[in-house]
Amino acid sequence: MAHRIAGKKELGPDVFWARIEAPLIAKARQPGQFIILSINNDYSERIPLTIAGADPSDGTIELIWQRVGKTTAELADLAEGDEIANISGPLGTPTHIANFASVICVGGGIGAAPLLPIATALKSAGNRVVSILGFRSKDRLILEEEFARISDELIVTTDDGSYARKALVTEPLAEVCGRDPKPGHAFIIGPTIMMKFCCGVTRKFDVPTQVSLNTIMIDGTGMCGGCRVEVDGKPKFVCVDGPEFDGHRVNFDLMIKRMNAYKPQEQQAHEQYEQHRCRIGLDE
Amino acid sequence: MTHEQRQELLESLLAKQKAGALKPRDRFDIPPQDMPEQDAAVRRRNVHEVALGYTETQARLEAMRCLQCKTAPCVRGCPVRIRIPDFVAAIAEGQYGRALDIIKENSLLPAVCGRVCPQEVQCQETCTVGLRFKDVSKAVSIGRLERFVADLGHNGAAAPAVAPPTGKKIAIVGSGPGGIVAAADTRRAGHDVTVFEAFHKPGGVMVYGIPEFRLPKAIVHDEIETLKTMGVRIVPNFIVGRTRTIEQLMTEDGFDAVYIGVGAGLPSFMGIEGESLVGVYSANEYLTRANLMKAYSFGSGADTPIAVSRRVAVVGGGNVAMDAARTAVRLGAEKVYLIYRRTEKEMPARVEEVHHAQQEGIEFHLLQSPIRIVGDENSRATAIECLRYELGEPDDSGRRRPVAIAGSEFRIDIDTVIIAIGNQANPLIRQTTLSLEFNKWGNLVVDENCRTTMPGVYAGGDIVLGAATVILAMGQGRIAAAAINSDLADEPQ
Ligand SMILES: Cc1cc2nc3c(=O)[nH]c(=O)nc-3n(C[C@H](O)[C@H](O)[C@H](O)COP(=O)(O)OP(=O)(O)OC[C@H]3O[C@@H](n4cnc5c(N)ncnc54)[C@H](O)[C@@H]3O)c2cc1C
Ligand SMILES: Cc1cc2nc3c(=O)[nH]c(=O)nc-3n(C[C@H](O)[C@H](O)[C@H](O)COP(=O)(O)OP(=O)(O)OC[C@H]3O[C@@H](n4cnc5c(N)ncnc54)[C@H](O)[C@@H]3O)c2cc1C
Ligand code: SF4
Ligand code: FES
Repeated sequence: MAHRIAGKKELGPDVFWARIEAPLIAKARQPGQFIILSINNDYSERIPLTIAGADPSDGTIELIWQRVGKTTAELADLAEGDEIANISGPLGTPTHIANFASVICVGGGIGAAPLLPIATALKSAGNRVVSILGFRSKDRLILEEEFARISDELIVTTDDGSYARKALVTEPLAEVCGRDPKPGHAFIIGPTIMMKFCCGVTRKFDVPTQVSLNTIMIDGTGMCGGCRVEVDGKPKFVCVDGPEFDGHRVNFDLMIKRMNAYKPQEQQAHEQYEQHRCRIGLDE
Repeated sequence: MTHEQRQELLESLLAKQKAGALKPRDRFDIPPQDMPEQDAAVRRRNVHEVALGYTETQARLEAMRCLQCKTAPCVRGCPVRIRIPDFVAAIAEGQYGRALDIIKENSLLPAVCGRVCPQEVQCQETCTVGLRFKDVSKAVSIGRLERFVADLGHNGAAAPAVAPPTGKKIAIVGSGPGGIVAAADTRRAGHDVTVFEAFHKPGGVMVYGIPEFRLPKAIVHDEIETLKTMGVRIVPNFIVGRTRTIEQLMTEDGFDAVYIGVGAGLPSFMGIEGESLVGVYSANEYLTRANLMKAYSFGSGADTPIAVSRRVAVVGGGNVAMDAARTAVRLGAEKVYLIYRRTEKEMPARVEEVHHAQQEGIEFHLLQSPIRIVGDENSRATAIECLRYELGEPDDSGRRRPVAIAGSEFRIDIDTVIIAIGNQANPLIRQTTLSLEFNKWGNLVVDENCRTTMPGVYAGGDIVLGAATVILAMGQGRIAAAAINSDLADEPQ
């Protein structure tokens, strides 16, 4: 039941795209859902990645990921034709897509990838879609064309001003929220800290906000509680209750701290992998 | 007792028996055979099995302690009614193959059950020998004997015969003990059987929950291989309810019957302050990281990290709590505290595990209960605050309820807290299968034949019983399979 990589490319520094055979998941998935994969065997780490797109007719799903640690790096080193041992899904509760008249979609960095299927579905549901994409710099830019195609208005920002508007996404977000009429709903996906600040903005303008959380996960089926976050002061499991939540009720500060829990070990695993990779000459 | 002494005793007993002179007295005089074990100091540093298994001489001596009671009270204590006196007698006679065949009539996984069943509250609780000594620990060690023959028979055991194809398709959802038995029994009847498992490895709680040092994974692996040899298809990474729904399996994929054995997956938390702090785990997470992904060999082949803990508090008193505490010891913790609200007597864990935990240096904090977990400025857990309890007046059930002692708060410094206070039913099947009836605790409602309220759908194990045991799950898997086989046979072709 291995899954063949049918196509793969580098979208930018450290950002990769792949089309992977997973016929059942391709058929079942809905926007907002994700998969959990492990590359090799029993010993590989299981990591969650959002399904960025799917084609039920040829039985493939698309993943877009950023190289941040050992498993995402290993994934980046695979080539077309290689296989991934385990993929399970689709997991998570699908996004509630409805006609809110107008919506604002905000993607930070790699967060643009999971946002794309949601924005696309919102557009099809008849919404006026305004998208804001923020990146660190020009070379980190991804999916601009794809978003331009499905958005009524697209605002791109870079932190350093090397492309488009120099700003953090919160700035245009505040402007859009301040318009009359204001957006009916906001959808925000990106680094946790960015979602936290964006939620601060939308709260101020009283725009209902959905965020998609990317906590640490293990099983992805509600079995371990490792993915839990505090929503309204109560523990919620991101894998079964989410990954999307009302951004105004999430305890982001606690979530950020929980996500740092394994930093030292993650670093160790990644360094060992990179060393190994150099030894076997993967990095010419 | 040395090996030679045992051998001598056995021979003299056998001679006496041959002469027809063996009296119950002689049987009572046979010392209960202790289980050979790894030394506590050594096993604290490895993950190998603690209990090493009886030698042949020990097994036969222990078997000779059995009185062969006509009424067989032990059988009444056994949830699947294994013919205990008969298999024990076969061991005493040295006929191990026959002993195993007798067990297998009723239990498909003797190597597992011999190790993990709570015998002291099942067959051994009612054993006449234990009653005579007024000490259940002196009962015939039925579980150890079961394990002995199961381990011997393991390599040679042929896969059960399969009837000619019936053309019917069965889906088994979840590969825990209930699912394994249901798969084997329906496959034996000639059906085309597929097991769908959410995880990447089959075996259920037996692989990701119960640790290697109590139940070697190789045993579960062999059972799965037997299923495959019988022609059962096993599909991992398949989440019923998400990848396909039960309705889809039945209406689009052509399955004639479905057995739901998804277990009780969702960990409960206490609802106290500080439970979201870094360093606070559910036992499920802790054990899964350690077991399934071999986090204990992190840095040498396994990628999944687990917190390096020095001082660990485990909350709970069941098997899960013991397993978590003992796993923490093996992962290098210096101090492991086990915090339990009642006394040792009420602990639901197997007695043997409680003893092993104590031998391994786990400190029991009884009649105490956490009220909050304290963290530092980085939201890392640093201490657990507890309240002391005392036993109050007996309640209606005659049990003395623990009552909090006002003002008795105190703190234990820790860096890790593992919560092992139970599991709730996983809501996934419920959310995605609207025609099934669940009770108020989220458990599936079934009749005495394990039929659910949805035609063609059966269920058993923890999803029906709440967190129960391997043997009860197996028992239900068998009942459900019998119902499936007979319901499908009745159906017009
Ligand atoms: C529902 C969901 C959807 C996601 N979708 C995407 C996506 O589409 N594209 C993408 O690039 N990333 C996505 N992520 C994040 C992705 O799972 C992590 O980047 C990945 O697990 C890192 O693994 P690593 O071994 O390469 O890095 P590590 O060295 O293990 O960790 C690097 C960083 O990743 C985080 N992380 C580590 N382990 C996990 C884990 N098991 N689950 C989640 N985060 C973890 C850590 O907090 C750390 O900040 C998603 C996460 C979730 C929960
Ligand atoms: C740490 C621990 C220690 C224990 N110790 C003992 C002991 O010593 N003695 C004893 O008798 N019992 C013990 N138990 C309890 C015992 O393990 C369970 O009662 C028993 O395993 C329940 O069996 P089950 O058939 O219900 O399935 P489970 O073993 O619970 O397995 C269910 C399987 O279904 C899979 N699944 C879940 N949802 C889906 C889905 N939607 N689609 C596909 N697959 C799915 C799961 O991944 C899992 O593999 C222990 C439990 C734990 C957690
Ligand atoms: S109750 Fe005990 S002594 Fe009697 S038959 Fe059963 S195992 Fe033997
Ligand atoms: S990942 Fe285990 S409960 Fe969510």
